[in-house]
Amino acid sequence: MATLTIPVEEKKKTLEQEALITGAEAIAIACKLANVDVVTAYPIRPYDTVMQYISQLVADGEMDCEYIVAEGEHSQFEIVKHASACGARVFCGSSGVGWMYAMEALTVTPALRIPLIAMVGNRALDDPGAFGVEHNDALAVRDLGWMLTWVDSAQEALDTALIAYRVAEDRRMFVPLAISCDGAFLTHSQALVKIPSQEQVKKFLPRYNRGDLLLHPDNVISVAPQANEDWVTEIRRQNYAVTEIACDVIREVYADFEKTFGRKYGNPFFEEYMTADAEVVLLGMGTMSTPVRVAIRKLREEGKKVGFVRLRWFRPFAGPEIAKCLERFKAIGVIDRDFSFGSPNLSGVVATEVRSAMYTGSSTRPPVIGFIGGLGGREITVPDVEKTVEITFEAAKGKAQPLTQWIGLRG
Amino acid sequence: MSTFVDEKPTQNLEPFKGVKKVPHEEYYTSGHRTCQGCESAQIMKLMAKAAGPRTVVLGSTGCMYVANTSYYATPWGVPWMHTQLGSSGSSALGAAAAFRVQMRKGFMKDEPINVIAFCGDGGGADMGLGAISATMCHPDYNLLILMYDNESYANTDIQISGTSPYGVNTSFSTPGKVKRIMNHRWKKNMAPLIMAGHPTVKYVGTISTSYPLQAMNNVRKALSIGGPTFIHCLNPCPKGWDFDPVLSFELGELAVNTGIWPLYEIENGKLKLYGKTEQIASGRFKRLPVRDYLLKQGRFAHFIDEDIDYFQSKIDEMWTKWLVPGIIPLQKEIDADNPPSR
Repeated sequence: MATLTIPVEEKKKTLEQEALITGAEAIAIACKLANVDVVTAYPIRPYDTVMQYISQLVADGEMDCEYIVAEGEHSQFEIVKHASACGARVFCGSSGVGWMYAMEALTVTPALRIPLIAMVGNRALDDPGAFGVEHNDALAVRDLGWMLTWVDSAQEALDTALIAYRVAEDRRMFVPLAISCDGAFLTHSQALVKIPSQEQVKKFLPRYNRGDLLLHPDNVISVAPQANEDWVTEIRRQNYAVTEIACDVIREVYADFEKTFGRKYGNPFFEEYMTADAEVVLLGMGTMSTPVRVAIRKLREEGKKVGFVRLRWFRPFAGPEIAKCLERFKAIGVIDRDFSFGSPNLSGVVATEVRSAMYTGSSTRPPVIGFIGGLGGREITVPDVEKTVEITFEAAKGKAQPLTQWIGLRG
Repeated sequence: MSTFVDEKPTQNLEPFKGVKKVPHEEYYTSGHRTCQGCESAQIMKLMAKAAGPRTVVLGSTGCMYVANTSYYATPWGVPWMHTQLGSSGSSALGAAAAFRVQMRKGFMKDEPINVIAFCGDGGGADMGLGAISATMCHPDYNLLILMYDNESYANTDIQISGTSPYGVNTSFSTPGKVKRIMNHRWKKNMAPLIMAGHPTVKYVGTISTSYPLQAMNNVRKALSIGGPTFIHCLNPCPKGWDFDPVLSFELGELAVNTGIWPLYEIENGKLKLYGKTEQIASGRFKRLPVRDYLLKQGRFAHFIDEDIDYFQSKIDEMWTKWLVPGIIPLQKEIDADNPPSR
């Protein structure tokens, strides 16, 4: 009976808990478990709820960090950038035009090899002012060295935040990582989440070690002195080297996550749903997975062999693996919750990337139809998804389809 | 009375008692590429010397970044990091916060570390003003923002900034056939702006590199007093102001002696004028005419008598009409401002 004498508070330290929380709250809890040192906040919907939760955790004495409310997103990201250079584990975040306001800081952060973890509560860019989800905000940094991942549940948000610190702070990486959460659909939606214990997280996540890059009087270095045509090419090449190994590091960390916490994510880069015997698949990122899954189950009842591939990691883009996965199907419909005006075929960002990956990575090169929809927070409905499946099946039959089509568009 | 402001100890740097007592060690040494007679590099060197080895410097983009810190040729003997043009305030806050929390959690040896953000007038008085203002509102962090002021964007070919003097010829304000005066703005009064807007700041002051010992001691005071502090330094620039480098020192003195650049400290809210400025204010020294200062510089070569008279009248106003002469531009009675016709 000895175990009964362990106080509840002691038990909490070692046991997993379960709670009904939102995606934003899940990430706040992950920050607490990761013992983050410096957090900077600035209000913009919908990401900012994570900062409300962190503020409360600090006020309640549950989390020990420097919690700084900045005067704008540019400062918000610059503060944590420098804090990280001085050895602190940091967390930050934004949404929509707030993320764009920080663009200069976002640009230099990967160049300086800063493992900042940011939450992007995906939001449409102005104008017109809109606070619903769209993915163009986070995608704006896709060429700069940021890692970008999209999650579709509060549980995945919490787990990915812990994984993010392990990946970004790996000495081989040292690059920032943004966890994208669809505004409202994930940031503000509650779900039951398993919260790991502090002891488990301690085992999984070692202390951030800035090593010989630490800005401290004991380590007299000059960080980012001016260079031009003499060395910039070599400096860029060093940052490029990170992208060459990024997929391997992510695989390692997911494997260790599974070992420590017992939750399996399978392939880290994408999740397949009913693809085993599928003739065509849809592909997309984030919470659109919910209506897509519902529609697929319905279509399956009608005998239509359709599946879904949810892309988790956009940067690094696991090109060869994605191409290998997709070449099994007769046609692919990519749903973009973003736009890339003037792009090849005028498709969204994800469709363009998928086509690019397929061109080199697949021998069959099935047609890839791009769909753009769900912008400004508009729901992607089950009938919308059914329509995309119908078009994708037509493409599979060899009937030429426009390469880019808008869905759920009002007349 | 309890307060939630959590002040941390500083290094408590005593003033250097005379030029001969200044240590020989330099923390800003060879490797830079600044011009002959560059007073901005001079204050950088004095600042590093005054702060000593337990210091971290955050250097904002500007001529003192580009000309000073080249890859493989850094002159810095203390850790230094580049920060973006408008980020001097945020960078200092980030570094101070990182040290503080890591010391509290036991991840780093607990000791006072000087955090200095060094920015120019473009970075400080223009783009970075918002971030500096925000940082000045955080009493828990010990840091110094030192704004060197060569009255232009001197890295990008000399363009007007918020602290450029009235009428100055820069590459964005060259006199033309119709308009002689392209810069109609009066120099931004930075130190009083910081003081008046951020009442909990314990130290704000102005310095000049023509008074190096005093400048170093003021830096030491700002680093020792605790909380966020701000120093504004005027730095004659041979290239931007168009004068012979041999005159750098003299122009720094003339700026003070003409009353254009008042020297003062505001310590815990108390104003103290020092040097010639104090003598001007107390009537023991008669201000020299601004003409002596302006006409030594090519950037004012297009001025006609009218312009010099207007400039002089504005300086006279500073000393005769301002509520706190030379510092605070509130007036008991507002007089019309009559610039000469353009």
